[in-house]
Amino acid sequence: MPRDLVRRWEGLILLLLVAVVLWASVSVDGFANPSNVSFLLLDTTEIALMALTMTLVVVAAEIDLSVASTLGLSCAVLGWLWNAGLPIEAIMPVCLLAGALCGALNGLLVTRLGLPSLAVTIGTFALYRGLAYVILGDQAVADLPPAYTALATQTLGPIPLVTILVAVLAVVAGTVLHATGVGRSIFALGAGEEAAYFSGVRVKRIKFWLFVASGACAALASLVYTFRYASARADNGVGLELAVVAAVLLGGVSIFGGRGTLPGVLMAVLLLGVVRNALILADVANEVLNFVTGLLLVASVLAPNLGAVWRRRSSLHKASLHKEGKSVS
Amino acid sequence: MVDKPPVLALRSVSKSFGAVQALREVSLELYAGEAHALAGENGAGKSTLVKTLSGLYRPDAGRILLDGEPVEFHGTAGAQRAGVAVIYQEPTLFPDLSVTENIFMGRQPRTRLGRIDRPAMRARAVELFGRLGVPLDPDQPARGLSIADQQLVEIAKALSRSARVLIMDEPTAALSGNEVARLFRVVKALREQGCAVLFVSHRLEEIFELCRRVTTLRDGAFVASDLIADLTPDDLVRRMVGRELEALFPKLEAVPGEVALTVHRLTREGVFTDVSFEVRKGEIVALAGLVGAGRSEVARAIFGIDRWDAGRVEVAGRRLRQASPSAAMAAGLALVPEDRRQQGLVMDLSIERNIALAGLSAVRRGALISRAAERDRARDWALRLQLKFSRLSDAVGVLSGGNQQKVVLAKWLARKPSVIIVDEPTRGIDVGTKAEVHRLLSELAAEGIAVLMISSELPEVLGMADRVLVMHEGRLVAEIPRAEATEESVMAAATGRNAA
Repeated sequence: MPRDLVRRWEGLILLLLVAVVLWASVSVDGFANPSNVSFLLLDTTEIALMALTMTLVVVAAEIDLSVASTLGLSCAVLGWLWNAGLPIEAIMPVCLLAGALCGALNGLLVTRLGLPSLAVTIGTFALYRGLAYVILGDQAVADLPPAYTALATQTLGPIPLVTILVAVLAVVAGTVLHATGVGRSIFALGAGEEAAYFSGVRVKRIKFWLFVASGACAALASLVYTFRYASARADNGVGLELAVVAAVLLGGVSIFGGRGTLPGVLMAVLLLGVVRNALILADVANEVLNFVTGLLLVASVLAPNLGAVWRRRSSLHKASLHKEGKSVS
Repeated sequence: MVDKPPVLALRSVSKSFGAVQALREVSLELYAGEAHALAGENGAGKSTLVKTLSGLYRPDAGRILLDGEPVEFHGTAGAQRAGVAVIYQEPTLFPDLSVTENIFMGRQPRTRLGRIDRPAMRARAVELFGRLGVPLDPDQPARGLSIADQQLVEIAKALSRSARVLIMDEPTAALSGNEVARLFRVVKALREQGCAVLFVSHRLEEIFELCRRVTTLRDGAFVASDLIADLTPDDLVRRMVGRELEALFPKLEAVPGEVALTVHRLTREGVFTDVSFEVRKGEIVALAGLVGAGRSEVARAIFGIDRWDAGRVEVAGRRLRQASPSAAMAAGLALVPEDRRQQGLVMDLSIERNIALAGLSAVRRGALISRAAERDRARDWALRLQLKFSRLSDAVGVLSGGNQQKVVLAKWLARKPSVIIVDEPTRGIDVGTKAEVHRLLSELAAEGIAVLMISSELPEVLGMADRVLVMHEGRLVAEIPRAEATEESVMAAATGRNAA
């Protein structure tokens, strides 16, 4: 069992997570403090939310680089409508709808026009962020209702309420991916799109709805982000898409699709959050933080490949031993 | 000629892919000025051998000798430098470049200023076609050339590189009668100019007309190398097959029932035209024809992979919706596609997940997938089809070709289809599994399933089918009952010789 744990990428991430947490608890002042734990969890909320759907998208051999821009656009819509005097309860569904529409546009471009999602979402990455600036300019809308801004940072013991929201959605996403027919189909089309289509999998429909879900999740993250910082700005969440993709890849999802688990991604989100938090507490410069995140990302892309090479070597070795044994007997 | 060493020779060459041994100690000698045939059934290892000679594969064991000296080809460029050129069944030219530009791609003659010397290039192209004895317009773009003409461009390209060994991989498979005759004149001219030709073909009469020697492979192993003059066609068949054919085609008698699949005047422009036929319950109907005749394309349209422009498809009297595999499946249709690795299976997924993929609703309990049901479904069918595997959770890619094909069959049979279309069901699988697949198809028909079988192997067509439909250039040109189906009658229709 422990051997199996090390062999599976998720096991390695878990071990690494435990090791980093233990190290930080012992040697970083204030890390194990309950208020820091709350802050750490709170600080990973948006990345975690977007990583849930990003996991499904990447397993389907696509990618959505426009998530952080969608988040920004949704923030801008929120600020604009709030300035226009609409009640916040009416604005939030509009934001979610805007996010879903952003996702739908990505999905249409990918499935109807057959464009690669990498190119499409690099385009909409700029498009949605640009639109956010058009809507809200460079103003910051900060006079948001205190009931909501307080709710966004409210904790239950050391656990923030929004973390419970993440946990519930994680169970939903994990169930869809790992225990439903749609999930089976996502793995199949990610690993072999043509074969999946020949097996009756509705490839385009599934991909379209994955992009819609990704957009909607980004909008949900935008609500958390806005209330948490009590500030709706067009540049909210700039650069978050890289953190999301980093977490998904570090979590063991293959960039080529067809492989990965949701628990692995959640652990990777936590791992990245813990590393970041511990380094901040240890007064490490911001540049170094980015360097470490980048290092982990490169390692996460390299390691499974190195692992595969190693496994192939060892299985070849075994096969040749097997052969020799046969010829002797 | 006899005392000269062979231009190119293989000595005890072996090559395997994973568990599959594609070539086992194969030897071969090619002499200048001689055409040498490579014979063997599908899956005998002919393509692997060709790819080894062309530098695409490196042998695991054995040696390649060039003019008696051992050589190692590093990639196709190495083989080309050594004077080995391969003409594939379906050449890949640059469609927007002219014939001349295709021939000299990457090796254009230059003027003193370093610019491409177009007049010189064109003159050399004209000269090359002169040597081949065929007038082909050197300025024509490659787009729109027939496959036969494209092959000639490839041959001219090989000559321009002063190739000494020309390997032709089933060049006649997609050619009409006249085109074959023209190709033969070209090959004979090459032979006289001192080229060594390796000619891969299924067609005995071509081998006997063109070649001086023949090397036979069976299941990856070297069987014999003979002078054609010492053989009869029957001898060659025995070398290729190595067993009695009857055992390979265990055809059960089945009484055809009501019509299960109706295809009415189905047309996809530029691909196939006005195709109409019926398949009854309990019947095995073969769809024969040359590669490129449009057989697989018809199957794809029926199953909803591609759209059609006119006509209709009915399953048990109900009209099928266009372009929807899931609708075709709901109507009771199953398709075992031609390309197992790309279309039949998701190679990285496990055996059980591949089998469940076409029937996800059957392994669901409520909204969730039941792993137990998924596994049971896989285990049942793995046992029934005698699948050889170690664990059902293994990736299907580790299985041998024959076992992979069994997984594809299991995936579809588990759905209990009323009509099953099998496209080249035994391509590239070993003889033992081949016989099992044939027995299975026979049993399915006996159980009342309608079977439409596309096959390029004539013995399989003749051995299995109750009726043979023949396609030629996108049209259905003949329907031959079992009693009248012979190699000659099917080939005549397939090559358009009896078409009005």
